[in-house]
Amino acid sequence: MAEASGMPLGGVIFLTVFLAIFGTFLIYLARAIGGQRKDNSAVKRDIYECGIPGQEKRETKVSVKFYLTAILFILFDIEIIFMYPWAITFRDFIASGQGTFVFTSMMIFLAIFIFGLFWEIKSKALEWD
Amino acid sequence: MGQDVFEITVNCIKLVLIFLMMVQAVPILVWVERRGSAFIQNRFGPNRVGPLGLLQLLADAVKFLTKEDFAPDKAIRPLFYAAPIFALIPATLAFAAIPMSVPLEIGGYVFKIQGYDMNVGIVYILGVSSLAAYTILMAGWGSASKFSLLGALRASAQVISYELALGLSIVGIILLFGTFNLTEMINAQQGTLSFKAFGHTVTSAYIPNWGIFYQPLAAIIFFAATFAESNRLPFDLAEGEAEIVAGFHTEYGGFKMLMFFIGEYGHMMLGSALMIIFFFGGYGIPWVTVDDVRQWAAGLSESATTISVITTLVHFLSFMIKFVFFLWVFIWVRWTLPRFRYDQLMDLGWKTMLPWALGNTILTALVIYLIS
Repeated sequence: MAEASGMPLGGVIFLTVFLAIFGTFLIYLARAIGGQRKDNSAVKRDIYECGIPGQEKRETKVSVKFYLTAILFILFDIEIIFMYPWAITFRDFIASGQGTFVFTSMMIFLAIFIFGLFWEIKSKALEWD
Repeated sequence: MGQDVFEITVNCIKLVLIFLMMVQAVPILVWVERRGSAFIQNRFGPNRVGPLGLLQLLADAVKFLTKEDFAPDKAIRPLFYAAPIFALIPATLAFAAIPMSVPLEIGGYVFKIQGYDMNVGIVYILGVSSLAAYTILMAGWGSASKFSLLGALRASAQVISYELALGLSIVGIILLFGTFNLTEMINAQQGTLSFKAFGHTVTSAYIPNWGIFYQPLAAIIFFAATFAESNRLPFDLAEGEAEIVAGFHTEYGGFKMLMFFIGEYGHMMLGSALMIIFFFGGYGIPWVTVDDVRQWAAGLSESATTISVITTLVHFLSFMIKFVFFLWVFIWVRWTLPRFRYDQLMDLGWKTMLPWALGNTILTALVIYLIS
């Protein structure tokens, strides 16, 4: 019964390819029906900037906070993903009598996690001005 | 071999149907949102085109289609055009893994009301749906406008920040059910409340056996994080129109804009569906198990096929009622709460929801450890 509607990988690949083709088709359809207006001046083709000619280059400097957030996210996300296998096997370990060991070792890991989080908050890494 | 070809064809048609169902739901949701917001703000909303303004959807579609296709000169065209196409993909891929009803059995053939059944359902959905951050970044970077770039950076930072609270709140759920498979989770939530503690079985005839009664805190954190993940108010800083025009889709119009909308509403649907599956018993009917429904259906008909069809339909209806309710909550909240400031948003994600989700995980593990 589990195999009856299997092929998850094939399904994912099929759906991705289908959506990519379908999306491209939609954009071409809109392009074909919408057409192009006669007015095609440089002002119209400029990017939107509150009515003045575009001032900014694409390579604008952005706040370093965004990079910091991304780096912190990777650290914490890996720590969280590490908890998933533990969570799913926790009951089995309790059933086999190893509950105390598994529980304490994860609590030690979580203590480090919490220490890291509060150190981060304390060091003002998450302050936005 | 013939069996395989049949199988593959059925699955492909099913996947396309799920996608079409999602796309069909979007204009209806837009209509509900506009009428609902009008209702909440004490005005009429669209009511001229057709009965109750229902044909407004068609008028909008025609308008979107006949708009001129436009890309600014400075835009990076491949990225600019690829972003709306990729906007469709993550939400649909994830939504196809949602079980919407009991499998249908026709003459020994099992037809699942679900795109693909995975043993790692949750991990897959989390992984695929977070790819939406790339869509936003592609749109923002490809547009070459500073408003787009700012909106994209804000949105991606927000999405990844709330991903942490989301992921952690799910750890409590996994501890509770001990599985990644969504169908098994729903099966664990059938009937009335009953669990084992200190070797005894605790039961209650009045409360359904739903996840929210075991994990209320995780439910709140998960639901709030879902709002942030789908860029909905009160977390829609990505398109704070008072500050950065329209955020990452400033330069988009017409059909490309509509495709971003399909992505956003797709995430909304995914959020509601996951909320139902984790905390509200999925397609299950409260207080009743699937077997009870099957027995009730057996009283109505003799044939096994009819029984299976009735069971599937009843559960599909139950799923849809819960689903529509949560979609309405999404719209309701949008027109009730004001928008956050950006620093408040990040503070809420990192300093409030993350520690609470951690506490919830520890508490859940401790309780499970102590009572068994």
